[in-house]
Amino acid sequence: MTAETGSFTVKKGLAQMLKGGVIMDVVTPEHARIAEDAGAAAVMALERVPADIRAQGGVARMSDPELIMKIMDAVTIPVMAKARIGHFVEAQILESLGVDYVDESEVLTPADEEHHINKHAFKIPFVCGARNLGEALRRIGEGAAMIRTKGEAGTGDVVEAVRHARRVMGDIRHLTTLPEEEVMAFSKEIGAPYELVMETRQLGRLPVVNFAAGGIATPADAALMMQLGVDGVFVGSGIFKSGDPAKRAAAIVKATTHYQDAKILAEVSRNLGEPMVGRQVNSIPDNELIAGRGW
Amino acid sequence: MKVGVLALQGAFIEHQKILEGLGAEVVQVRLPSDLDDLQGLIIPGGESTTIGKLAVDFDMMEPLKAFCRSHAVWGTCAGSIFLSKDAARQQPLLELMDIKVERNAFGRQVDSFEIDLPIPCLKKVSPSDAPFHAIFIRAPLIEEVGKGVEILASLQDGRIVAAQENRWLATSFHPELTADDRFHRYFLEMIP
Repeated sequence: MTAETGSFTVKKGLAQMLKGGVIMDVVTPEHARIAEDAGAAAVMALERVPADIRAQGGVARMSDPELIMKIMDAVTIPVMAKARIGHFVEAQILESLGVDYVDESEVLTPADEEHHINKHAFKIPFVCGARNLGEALRRIGEGAAMIRTKGEAGTGDVVEAVRHARRVMGDIRHLTTLPEEEVMAFSKEIGAPYELVMETRQLGRLPVVNFAAGGIATPADAALMMQLGVDGVFVGSGIFKSGDPAKRAAAIVKATTHYQDAKILAEVSRNLGEPMVGRQVNSIPDNELIAGRGW
Repeated sequence: MKVGVLALQGAFIEHQKILEGLGAEVVQVRLPSDLDDLQGLIIPGGESTTIGKLAVDFDMMEPLKAFCRSHAVWGTCAGSIFLSKDAARQQPLLELMDIKVERNAFGRQVDSFEIDLPIPCLKKVSPSDAPFHAIFIRAPLIEEVGKGVEILASLQDGRIVAAQENRWLATSFHPELTADDRFHRYFLEMIP
């Protein structure tokens, strides 16, 4: 009886336990407790929510370990934290703190424009953003144990999350119709490892859990993403930039569970107060869009 | 056979797939009315605080307690916490099984592990002596069991990770994450 820690099975396993749940961005221990009380399946500990990173500009980095540790002490649910794309030392620091998941995130300013972190080298699991199947499988090839669609963080506009979820699902639907002899060329075309493409084709879905992220601001947004076929949702700025965070957080949790029940969705959507002030993605200049970070 | 899987949050589809592979009809349970006509129920892994909160908000606690008292029920990981009488913390529990559990007993995700465990009771469904590959994800531990509770599996140091009381089953680990269906068969055997 020898115990094995840090295996891909246990990394992927935690993401499986988060399914059907909501992962919420929090910037203080108080936020974390509000999120936990509202039924969050996990929290993402960070200094600024994406909407503030957008508004304030500057270089966005890993959060202060002191803040992350305080949030870890405040709740019993899993705590995630963000490292910059390619910044493996930030990831090493987060691992040493014992965070439950690292988000190698385009929301922070990338540290490497060519290479992502070699996530196989870590005992803690990673989640990474993707806009299409090729990008998702490249990240899984590097060791990501969970994928989230990128969407466009900090906007409150769900349009990019929808685009990316539809794209990933559409790519998979197309793949499953291909005869086996065409799979190698398809792998080349999307720039993804052949073995993972074959595995995806056989499963008819990504080999790891796939959440939606980037622009989800209402219970209806969360249910929309669930009906499109994702396994759960991340809500960043959408909760704590709204008028009544506790109420909205609880409503989004309920909507994620009862995503197919329009009566319940109507009920939980009532009297939630002001949503976050959104920003239409198509009004944002290209150089301010963040989904294009990473490849 | 018609079996429910509590589908408020967590890894319920994994259980559903194994049960369907064994020929059971599976219902995802989200509301009290979903419990009608079921012969057994699995409460999956997930976050026990999330599952508890949703069960309270959708008036599931009393219907679940009533159903569980008279049926075969199995809780994995978070599900075992939800079934327990005592989780050493204020959170909604079904208070069904006479076990005391400690949440996140092994630590955080970095301490999650997999291990081969001998589980003698599985002999009942399979002649194989093969150990069961048990996957522990931020797992709880069964700290104490009451008189009527049988211990089904322990780690080498004696800490309890699977227990049974009447037709109620609790495991700290996740048989639904493996291809080994012996535990699911063992559960289905408990349904008269």
